[in-house]
Amino acid sequence: MRADDPCLKQMKPPELSLADRFFLPQIAVGLGVTARHIAGVMFRNKAITVQYPDEKHVPSPVYRGVHRLNRDEKGRVKCVACMLCATACPAHCIDIVGATAPETWPDREKYPESFVIDELRCIYCGMCEEACPVEAIELTGLYDLTGLSREQMIFDKAKLLSVFDATSNQEPMKYGKPPERALGSPTTELAPG
Amino acid sequence: MAANVLDEPEVEHEIQDATWTLNFGPQHPATHTTLRIVLELDGERIVKATPDIGYLHSGFEKLGEHLNFNQYVTIVDRKNYISPPMNEVAWHNAVETLLGVELTPRCKYIRVIISELARISDHLLCTGAAALDLGAFTAFLFAFNLREQIYDVYEEMSGYRFHPGYTRVGGLLYDFNDRVLDRVRGVVKSFQNVYADMEKLLFKNRIFLDRLRGVGVLSREEAIAHSCTGPIARASGVTYDLRKDKPYLVYPELDFDVPYCTDGDCWARFAVRMEEMRQSCRIIMQCIEKLPSGPFNAPIAEKFPIPDKATTYNSMEGLIQHFELIMPNRGLETPHDEVYAAIESPNGELGYYLVSDGSQTAWRVRTRPPSFIHFSVFPLLIKGHLIADIVAVLGSLSIIAAELDR
Repeated sequence: MRADDPCLKQMKPPELSLADRFFLPQIAVGLGVTARHIAGVMFRNKAITVQYPDEKHVPSPVYRGVHRLNRDEKGRVKCVACMLCATACPAHCIDIVGATAPETWPDREKYPESFVIDELRCIYCGMCEEACPVEAIELTGLYDLTGLSREQMIFDKAKLLSVFDATSNQEPMKYGKPPERALGSPTTELAPG
Repeated sequence: MAANVLDEPEVEHEIQDATWTLNFGPQHPATHTTLRIVLELDGERIVKATPDIGYLHSGFEKLGEHLNFNQYVTIVDRKNYISPPMNEVAWHNAVETLLGVELTPRCKYIRVIISELARISDHLLCTGAAALDLGAFTAFLFAFNLREQIYDVYEEMSGYRFHPGYTRVGGLLYDFNDRVLDRVRGVVKSFQNVYADMEKLLFKNRIFLDRLRGVGVLSREEAIAHSCTGPIARASGVTYDLRKDKPYLVYPELDFDVPYCTDGDCWARFAVRMEEMRQSCRIIMQCIEKLPSGPFNAPIAEKFPIPDKATTYNSMEGLIQHFELIMPNRGLETPHDEVYAAIESPNGELGYYLVSDGSQTAWRVRTRPPSFIHFSVFPLLIKGHLIADIVAVLGSLSIIAAELDR
């Protein structure tokens, strides 16, 4: 920028008055600020802390917490084992073994025989959810995931489906039901992997 | 003030016992991150300071050669973790320059809003922590409280508080909705109160001023010679701001001032940062007013943005593009080219030098981190000062070790 640009604003050092140099008036000003905040917390309910296990933070609707595997209307797993989420995952934490779908499932060719997410390796970036073409995998608002062992934190298909059962009432699927056409006919596009 | 020690001759090896060596860090509460400084002391005066880096090396640049343009956004978040959205905007700015993707107006405005929020949160931490290190604890708490509100904005817009991973090639993860905009307005409103509190606590606090003024003076010539940028250069009188000098996104349409100072000491850097936060608030308010409606992702014809779910489900082009972008080796070509694109991050020029070999993954990603350059100026600033001044100078430079080492 040129030195005479009108948008430039020069900062000048503050001028301290004689009173400011003697510390005491400024100490009073500082204590005044603190006192105002204490009064706000005590009398006007302006506390910013949340009393955690008793009160819980309500995450935003798009919060990226623990994963779940969605079920369709018939209660089957929605996933078609297309491997897009495993490919999109920057942390390589998704492991899928696909298999030919049972004969009673005419709307798809494949389904996941096993679907494992390592929740410890996951960085919760949400790219699996973004990549999924049948909205089978989603991230829920569960943020307080804990476990006592590493094995406990490796979620298999049954566990991921149970997360869906536990959260589907509070959190409906994010994009609603996809049109029939997308689920039914173009199965040829859905099986590249 | 204490510049007379600079005139003394270099300490000879024979009289080395006159000086002693002190390690500052890598684990010290006042370094904030894991950085190490080897100090050579004459009594309490610093004769020589040698910065030592590498304690937080994580191979971030190498990871850029293995993750595609969208995936790498999760890594750039972790470089300067004080202001993650700024890194995301910088990274995708470079990628979009390479690919020639034109953003939609709404996306540009949203990116400006998130960059300015990031700038406020970075400066709040820097100024607050600078005060904390010098013993003014209360101002730090008020600053951190506002940062929490900015995290709430991140959570509302992207679903994650600390590492939003919000930008994508040619667009964003989600659109801004009313709830997000309300939260942004809330941040701007609370900022006025926080600024007023910080002003009362610090601006005329004589102890604070005495610790900052005349300490760590960086002259204009030295700032230019060491290629300092951002608030550190502007505090020394180098009026260089990429938002004005090489405008990107919608900065030319916005009205804001660029603060500068000619003193070049720790106080000047503090004052420039404080004023920049106020200017960022002005920018955010203008952006909210002007925020155009319309799509937030570049159109599907641009080839590189991920189509939204409705397009993926309902159109063949959308579905094909969705698969092409996510599956590697599906024949999607990017230009064989190399670009350098930089933006004005809170600490200075944050640039990415990107070499592409035609695939969806960069062949080489080089970051130009402001912290690295500013840390190299540190020995110059601290020479001749007392040990207690280290935290003042370090706090005013705002060194982020993750960005330093990459």
